[in-house]
Amino acid sequence: MKVKSIFNNLEYGLAPESSSAANEWLDKHKRKFTLFIDGQWQTSTAAKYFVSSNPSNKKLLAKISTANATDVDKAVKAARKALPKWVKLGAHARARYLYAMARQIQKYARLFAVLESMENGKPIRESRDIDIPLAARHFYHHAGWAQLRDTELRDYKEVGVIAQIIPWNFPLLMLAWKIAPALAMGNTVVLKPAEFTSLTALLFAELCQQIGLPNGVVNIITGAGPTGAALVEHKGIDKIAFTGSTEVGRVIRKATAGTGKKISLELGGKSPFIVFDDADLDTVVEGVVDAIWFNQGQVCCAGSRLLVQESVAEKLYKKIKSRMEKLRVGDALDKSIDLGAIIAPIQLRSIEKLVKKGVEEGGHLWQPSWKCPTDGYYYPPTLFTEVAPASSIAQEEIFGPVLVAMTFRTHEEAIKLANNTRYGLAASLWTENINLALEVAPKIKAGTVWINCTNVFDAAAGFGGYRESGFGREGGKEGLYDYLKLKSDEKLTTPKKVVQKKLTSKALPLSVLPEIDRTVKMYIGGKQTRPDSGYSLPIESASGKFITCVGEGSRKDIRNAVEAAHAAQSWTDMSGHARAQILYYLAENLTIRKEEFANRLIQLLGVSASEAMLEVSLSIEHIYTYAAYADKYDGHVHHTISRHVTMAMPEALGVMGIVCANETPLLGFISSVIPALAMGNRVVAIPSELAPLCATDLYQIIETSDFPAGVINIITGRKEELTEVLAKHDDVDGVWYFGTKEGSKIVEMSAAENMKRTWVNYGKPRNWFELNHGEQEQFLRQATQVKNIWIPYGA
Amino acid sequence: MELIRESIYMTATKHSETTQRNQGMPLDLDLIKNIHINRSGVERRANTIAARRSVKKDWQAAWLLKAVTCIDLTTLGGDDTPGNVLRLCIKAKQPVREDLLAAMKMDDAHIQVAAVCVYHNLIPTALAALKGSNIPIAAVSTGFPAGQISLEQKLFEIKKSVEAGAKEIDIVISRAHVLCGNWNALYEEVKLFRKTCGDAHLKTILETGDLSTLTNIVKASHVCMMAGADFIKTSTGKASVNATLPVSLVMVRAIRDYYERTGIKVGFKPAGGIQKAKQALDWLILLKEELGDEWLCPELFRFGASSLLADIERQLEHFVTGRYSASYRHPMA
Repeated sequence: MKVKSIFNNLEYGLAPESSSAANEWLDKHKRKFTLFIDGQWQTSTAAKYFVSSNPSNKKLLAKISTANATDVDKAVKAARKALPKWVKLGAHARARYLYAMARQIQKYARLFAVLESMENGKPIRESRDIDIPLAARHFYHHAGWAQLRDTELRDYKEVGVIAQIIPWNFPLLMLAWKIAPALAMGNTVVLKPAEFTSLTALLFAELCQQIGLPNGVVNIITGAGPTGAALVEHKGIDKIAFTGSTEVGRVIRKATAGTGKKISLELGGKSPFIVFDDADLDTVVEGVVDAIWFNQGQVCCAGSRLLVQESVAEKLYKKIKSRMEKLRVGDALDKSIDLGAIIAPIQLRSIEKLVKKGVEEGGHLWQPSWKCPTDGYYYPPTLFTEVAPASSIAQEEIFGPVLVAMTFRTHEEAIKLANNTRYGLAASLWTENINLALEVAPKIKAGTVWINCTNVFDAAAGFGGYRESGFGREGGKEGLYDYLKLKSDEKLTTPKKVVQKKLTSKALPLSVLPEIDRTVKMYIGGKQTRPDSGYSLPIESASGKFITCVGEGSRKDIRNAVEAAHAAQSWTDMSGHARAQILYYLAENLTIRKEEFANRLIQLLGVSASEAMLEVSLSIEHIYTYAAYADKYDGHVHHTISRHVTMAMPEALGVMGIVCANETPLLGFISSVIPALAMGNRVVAIPSELAPLCATDLYQIIETSDFPAGVINIITGRKEELTEVLAKHDDVDGVWYFGTKEGSKIVEMSAAENMKRTWVNYGKPRNWFELNHGEQEQFLRQATQVKNIWIPYGA
Repeated sequence: MELIRESIYMTATKHSETTQRNQGMPLDLDLIKNIHINRSGVERRANTIAARRSVKKDWQAAWLLKAVTCIDLTTLGGDDTPGNVLRLCIKAKQPVREDLLAAMKMDDAHIQVAAVCVYHNLIPTALAALKGSNIPIAAVSTGFPAGQISLEQKLFEIKKSVEAGAKEIDIVISRAHVLCGNWNALYEEVKLFRKTCGDAHLKTILETGDLSTLTNIVKASHVCMMAGADFIKTSTGKASVNATLPVSLVMVRAIRDYYERTGIKVGFKPAGGIQKAKQALDWLILLKEELGDEWLCPELFRFGASSLLADIERQLEHFVTGRYSASYRHPMA
C-alpha cells in the first residue's frame, strides 16, 4: 500500500546517506583519538579527553584528546625540526605532496563528507557537493603555487612555523585554506581544529601518513580554547593564522602585539545582501537561500542583512516566505533537506537569545508553519522585517539561519546602509544593470563582493575582510603573501645607537642681517596650521644650535587631520594617471629646490654635502617610482569557475597614519608617504621627531603641486604620543610605524580595537638608501587591500 | 474493474472541475517589458534543485509511476505508419507490465499514459487504437516543427485535427514574433489558435532552443498564457537543444506568476531529450518545489517523450526484484 499512498500524495521520503563507512572508521579507532605530532599518534601528557557528538541526534561520536601546553610545545618543536628539511626539499617536491593531498581527499571524498556532516550537522549535500570538492580544489591550486614559488615569488621565502586555528563551520575546507598555502610556500604547521569538529582533521592526518609526508610538516593538535591560547602564546611560532570570532581575533592581535609574529585573521561579518528593483527576484530568493540558509547560516560571510529597495520589498518578502515554507530541516545525512542542525546547544542558545532580543526591539519575526525535528539542535529559518540599523540584530552577528531585512530608497542609501557596520567581510548585490552593479561594488567596504551570486568560492580568488572582519587573504596569489616574507627584510637589524655627527660641512654664507623669523606650522586639510595645544618644540641643528620651533601636535591636531583626510575622498576616486601627474609634479617642484633641502639635511644631521644631495636625489627618484606605479599596480582577473569574471582589485586602505623613521628624515618621509598616496590613500604623517623640518619644508611644495586639500597632513610633535593617538583612532584604516620596538607594540596593541591594518618595524630600521629596503612593491601591497568582485554572466 | 475505472474517472473529473481552464486576458505589455531573467542565477538553481531532494525506494517507484501517468507518449517521425502508431497506442494503455504493478499493489490504479501524441495524418489510426480508453490524442499542428506556413494554413490545420478527434493541439509559435519583439502579433496568433481549438486543449510550443535568451523565453511564456494557452511547452523535440532544466525552471516560474496574478493554473510540458527515469524525477522535483503538489498530475503536467517510458519500466522492475533489468524484458512501444 505504501507505493499507492505515496503515488497519491507525492511526498518526500527517507533518503539517508549511509553512515556505515564513517562508523567503521570511528570504530577502527575505538572512537578515541590522540594527537598527531611529528608524524606519529601521540597520547597527550595529561591524557584528558573531550567528547565529540552528532548535533543531528546528540549521539556520541568519539572521545578526542585535549592537548595541553606540553603537547603544544612538542608539536611546535616537531614543526621547527621539520622546517629545514621541508625547505630544502624544494618547490617541486612540495608540489608533489600537495598534489597527493588533493588526490587523497578526492579518494576519500565521501568518507570526509559523511564524517563532516555527522560531526557538524551540515547537510550531506553541502559537504558532498561544496565543502569537500572545494577543499580538494584548494590543494590542487596550491600544488601549482608550490611548483611556481621560486619563479613567481623569487624575492620571498617561507615564514617558518605556522600556528593555525580553525573554526567548526567548514572544518575540512578551513583546514585546506590554512594548510595548503602554508605548505606550498615552504612552511610547516601546527593546526588546531575547533573542538566541535576534529574528526576530518584527524582523518586528514591519516592521509598525510599515507602519502609519506615528512614527519612534523603537519601537526594536528586537538582541544578547546586553552589549547588554542597555548599555541598562540608559544614563543616558537613565526605566524598565526586564525579564522573565528572577532572577539578571539582581537585577543590574538593583542597577545602577539610587538612580538613580530605575523598574523592573519579571518573574523566575523554581518554581510549585506542588496537587492535593487530591477533584479530577477526569483533568482534573488534562491540567492537568499544560499546566503543565509547555507550551513544553517553559520557562515562568516553569510548574507545576513537583506537590504531591499523599498519599491520591491513587499513582493520580495512574500516570495521569500513562500520559499521558506518549502525548506526542509532535518538530519544532516538526509539527502532531502536544506538545513541541518546547529552545531551545539551553546550556539542554539545564542541564536535564540538574539532572536528574542530582535522581537523585543520591535522586529517582525516570521518563521514557516512547519516544525523542526526535536531530536537534535535545530533552528528554523527565520526572517525579520521592519528592522532598522539601530536594532541589535542588524548589527550583531547571529551566526544562525536568521535573516534581517530593511529597505532603502536610493543606491546611495543602499551603500550607506551596507557600510553601516564594523565588519567588512563580504557583500552581494543583485541587479540586472551592469552600470549600477559596477558603481556600487567598489564602494562597499568588503573583501568580497558577489554580483548576482553569493557564497561562491574558489581557490584562485582571495577571501578575507576589511575592517573588523580581519586582514590577510586566503586563496589566490594575494593569499600567498601571508605565508611569505621578503628575503631582503631579513637584513633589517636592531639599530646601533644613532650618534649625530658634528657639523663638518661648510654652511652656505650667511647674510649680515639677522634672519627673518620663520614660524614652522603643521599642515592640515591643505592649510598651514598652528598646534591646537599652543605649545612648540625647539629643533636643534646637528651641532646643537637652536634652529627654530615646530608645533607640538596633540590629540586634537590628529583628530582634525584625520577628519581632513576623510574629506579628501576625491583623491581615492581619481584615476591612477591623475594621481601620477600630481606626484610627478611634486618631484618636479622638489627638484627646483634641491639645494635648499640638501642644506636642511646638512644643518639637521651634519651629513656631508654629497650624502645630503644623495638623499634628496633618491627622494625625487622614489617619487618617480611610485608615481609610475600609480596606474600600474593593478589587480588580476582570476581564473576561478567557468562563466564567472572574478576581478581582484587592490583598493586603497582609506585614511592612513604614517609614522616616519627618525633617520633619513626626508627620504624616509618620502619613501613611506608617497607609495601610500600613489595607491589612493590619504595620509596623516608624523615626520621624524628629530628632524621634522625636512617634512614641514615640504608643505610649500605640496601646496604648489596641485594636491587636493587633506590628502597629505603633517603633524609634528612627540612621535610616540601622536602614534598612540593615531593607532587608537577608529576612523583610521591603517597605520605604518617606523620606530622603536616598544612603539611597534603599542601600535599593534592599539590597533586591535578596530582591527586597522598595521605595518611596523619592531625597532629594526630600514636602510632607505638601499633599493630593496627603501623602495619596494611591498609598500604598495601594504597600502592596499584586495577586493574580489565576482561577476557571473549569461544572457 | 469497471467500478474502479469509474472512480478514477470521477477523481479526474473532479480535478478538472477545480482546475478552471485558462481563458486568457488582455495583453499586458508593461509586464512583458519588466521581465528580467538572470541566467547564471537560474542555472545555479537548476543545477542544485535536484541535488537538494532525493527520492528513493518506495518513493521512487511511486514517483516514477506518477511520471508514467504524465507522459504524452509520442511518435513524430516522417516514417510513422499505422503499424507503429497502433503499437504505441496499445503501450499507452498498458505502459507497465501487469506483474510489476501487482507487485507494487498498483494493479488497480489504472496506470496509463496521459495522451498519445502524433501527426495529423495518424489521428484516425490512434483514435481507433485507443477506443475504449479515455486516453486523449494530441496532434502537433500549425506547420510543426518550423511553423513557417501561412496563418490561414495553420488555423485550417488545427480545425482539421480537432474535427478528426484530437482533444489536444500542440501548436508551434512563430519564433520570428519573439525574436523581433512583436508581442502583439504573437498574442493575436495564439489567441486565434485558442479560439480555433474550441474545446480541445491548446499546448503552445515555444521551441526554446530558437529563442536565444531566457528573458525571451519568459516573455513568450507570458504572452502565450495571456492569449489563453492551456499548457506551455518547451520544445518540438526536433531542435538541437530541447527541454532543459534551466528553461523549464523559468517557464514554471512564469506559470507561478500567472497563477498568482489570475488564480488560473496553466500546465507545463517539457519535451525532447527526457530519456531517463532520473531526469523524470528531476522534473517532478522541480515542479513540486517551484509550483507545488497541485501541478503533479496529468491535467497540469506532461512529459513529451518517446523513450522515457522504457527506462522507467526498467527502474520499476529493479525496485520490485532488486535485480537490474534489461529493456527486452518490457514490451516495446
